[in-house]
Amino acid sequence: MKFDGYDTEGFYDELFDASNQPRPGADLLIERIDKLQESELQRRQRAAERALLNLGITFNVYGHESQTEKIFPFDIVPRIVQAQEWLTLESGLKQRITALNAFIDDIYNEQKIIKDGVIPADLVFSADGYRKQCLGLKPPGRIWCHITGTDLVRSGDGQFYVLEDNLRCPSGVSYVLENRMLMKRTFPQVFEACSVQPVTDYASRLLDMLQELAPAGVRAPTVAVWTPGIYNSAYFEHSFLAQQMGVQLVEGSDLVVIRGEVMMRTTQGLERVDVIYRRIDDDFMDPQTFRADSMLGVPGLMEAYAKGHVALANAPGTGVADDKAVYAYVPEIIRYYLGEDPIVANVPTYACWRDDERQYVLENLDKLVVKAVNESGGYGMLIGPHASAAERAEFAQRIKAKPRTYIAQPTLDLSRVPVLVNDHFEGRHVDLRPYILYGKSSIYVLPGGLTRVALKKGSLVVNSSQGGGSKDTWVLNAGGGASPESPLRTEEEKPC
Amino acid sequence: MLSRVANSIYWLNRYIERAENVARFIDANYHMALDVPGGAAAQWQPLINTTGDHELFAELYGETSQEAAIEFLTFDRNNPNSIRSCVRAARENARSVREYISSEMWEQLNTFYLMLSDAAQDTSMDLPHQFFVDIMNASHAFIGITDATMTHGEGWHFGRLGRMLERADKTTRILDVKYFILLPSVDYIGSPYDNILWAALLRSASAFEMYRKRHGRIHPEKIVDFLLLDGRFPRAVHYCLTTAEISLHNITGTPRGSFANEAEKQLGRLLAEFDYADIREIIDGGLHEYLDNTQNRLNVVGNAVQEVFFSPRPAALANESQTQE
Repeated sequence: MKFDGYDTEGFYDELFDASNQPRPGADLLIERIDKLQESELQRRQRAAERALLNLGITFNVYGHESQTEKIFPFDIVPRIVQAQEWLTLESGLKQRITALNAFIDDIYNEQKIIKDGVIPADLVFSADGYRKQCLGLKPPGRIWCHITGTDLVRSGDGQFYVLEDNLRCPSGVSYVLENRMLMKRTFPQVFEACSVQPVTDYASRLLDMLQELAPAGVRAPTVAVWTPGIYNSAYFEHSFLAQQMGVQLVEGSDLVVIRGEVMMRTTQGLERVDVIYRRIDDDFMDPQTFRADSMLGVPGLMEAYAKGHVALANAPGTGVADDKAVYAYVPEIIRYYLGEDPIVANVPTYACWRDDERQYVLENLDKLVVKAVNESGGYGMLIGPHASAAERAEFAQRIKAKPRTYIAQPTLDLSRVPVLVNDHFEGRHVDLRPYILYGKSSIYVLPGGLTRVALKKGSLVVNSSQGGGSKDTWVLNAGGGASPESPLRTEEEKPC
Repeated sequence: MLSRVANSIYWLNRYIERAENVARFIDANYHMALDVPGGAAAQWQPLINTTGDHELFAELYGETSQEAAIEFLTFDRNNPNSIRSCVRAARENARSVREYISSEMWEQLNTFYLMLSDAAQDTSMDLPHQFFVDIMNASHAFIGITDATMTHGEGWHFGRLGRMLERADKTTRILDVKYFILLPSVDYIGSPYDNILWAALLRSASAFEMYRKRHGRIHPEKIVDFLLLDGRFPRAVHYCLTTAEISLHNITGTPRGSFANEAEKQLGRLLAEFDYADIREIIDGGLHEYLDNTQNRLNVVGNAVQEVFFSPRPAALANESQTQE
């Protein structure tokens, strides 16, 4: 299998530099793939896909009647991140999450940032993820966003930018772990040679972090993962994380609040739950506090939470900080709370509620990506350069009608990575979603994260619901040497 | 364990057992129809009746034919008790407790489901004997994998309880329908077909070889005795009830021979009756009445298990056919 004909076509490529030479750290991988027999790579790719199907590692697609379950397409060529680059990203992500957490805590308590005029009050309070029911809440350790999956992209200039902060229920980490497992099976020798930072202890770290949240005095806390149920698109992940942590997977109907305590219904009666990693939206958690028509929720849960009888991760209300309009203010938020300049930049963002910026957006729709602030998953989006004149005209009307709900960003030349297409390699655009655990004692950034690939040629949309796939992400160790994640070592021997 | 999880494990085992039984009914009937001259259709209607879904069948297909019967019982998604529907429901239940059961169980069941989905799309297949054997093997493999990979604790006992209640129900049904057809057909008595039909009944319960070892000659009363009252043959109703009762008492910790809830009371009484049953009395009192009563009592046990351990039922599956026939 040769990379001979591979062309970066002028894009920033994660494995090759502008003169089509392997980047430092990628050379070993490329050399190994080059040595494989013709069709050997395809064979391994097909074996990996078959394994995913038999293992039932699938996600649900809404609106597909015939087949609602699909495997998340997986590409066998890993994406490599240099050690030094990763150090910068890691510190940038820690900085950003610290500031955003301080922002959320401030908004629901003193609201100093608003009083100091850094961010307009109406913008915060009209954010889709703002929950007035959370005013005055003080979660354990004042930590709100325990689990975050920040979307990063690398542009043509080689710089990483933050595209989105996913502070509510970010999904995808199970694919990181499963992809790594598949890659270790598929390329054990390459793992030996390269020195890749491990991801396998994510579940242990997640469990440690969750247990830390338990109410004071609880010695052996009962932790549960709360799923909306098997029809949720991320159900596999909920089940996987519960299994890996060895904790209960619960649905709303399993839980009941009795005298301010959250209990689960077991065959032997009721048992107390201390910490809930909830993978369900704020709105559906408690019909007494949020949406009254929620069939999935647990009446009285928020009252138990407010009294500190149960911990929730993430805390309700964190969505206020990943609103796309609030996003435009994150550099200011970092400066305000930390007195530092952002280490990882925002994508330049035009706010359509500001007259001059809206004017610019309307005049330059063919060059911009317009996003509805309350939509995710690639929906409610206009990609100007790829849209027809009629589509642009329609979006212009929408922007004028509801300026608060739109932001615009320049189209980025997202970086690319080679993917296997039949019998050769072609470049495809990727993003990167690292996962951050914000614990009482420390902040942990999972080295690597989910690299999502737009598998359609030329496409910039990486979402799984719209034809995206994923790749394993290898963050190299500084200095190289033997891999700490060599497949020969046992779990216990791995350094953390 | 969570009530919902116990419920799902119980039902997933019932559904697998149900699928296996339907496959065996079809396979045995298919071969019997080849041996009996004329009127293959006449052999299929009783089989539809066995499943209890004859009204739905009449509504969907009208006339009985071999093709319609096999389609209805094997692939039809409108039939909640078709093999495909059962395996789908089993897999949905398994998916909801995937973190609780072993990965090997999940993978086996998922592969089973994918095999059926592929077969359902392959219209060229003429449903060979091998296909139904594959289904029975998949069910046996699931039981074996469950025994070998899952801790024999509360969850495992809920699974076995479900499987045994389902199997007891299915054995009474096949016996009921076939006996009703067979006994009054004076034409057949003493004819070569007599043996063929009775042997087919035994094959429907995978009991032919074991019956031969136990009783030798084909004899209607002995066959009924074997399928109802044998204590060691794993598809005999008596065996199923005994095993179900052991599992139930393992779950609760109540000593056998006593009861602490409705499920234990009902199952214990039913088992006691089988412990002291006499085949002559059963036949004299009317076999059909006896079987009918047994099925009703099994439903009472099932409802009591539901009430004692699983209430309230899981929201996600409330619309599914997780009810007994």
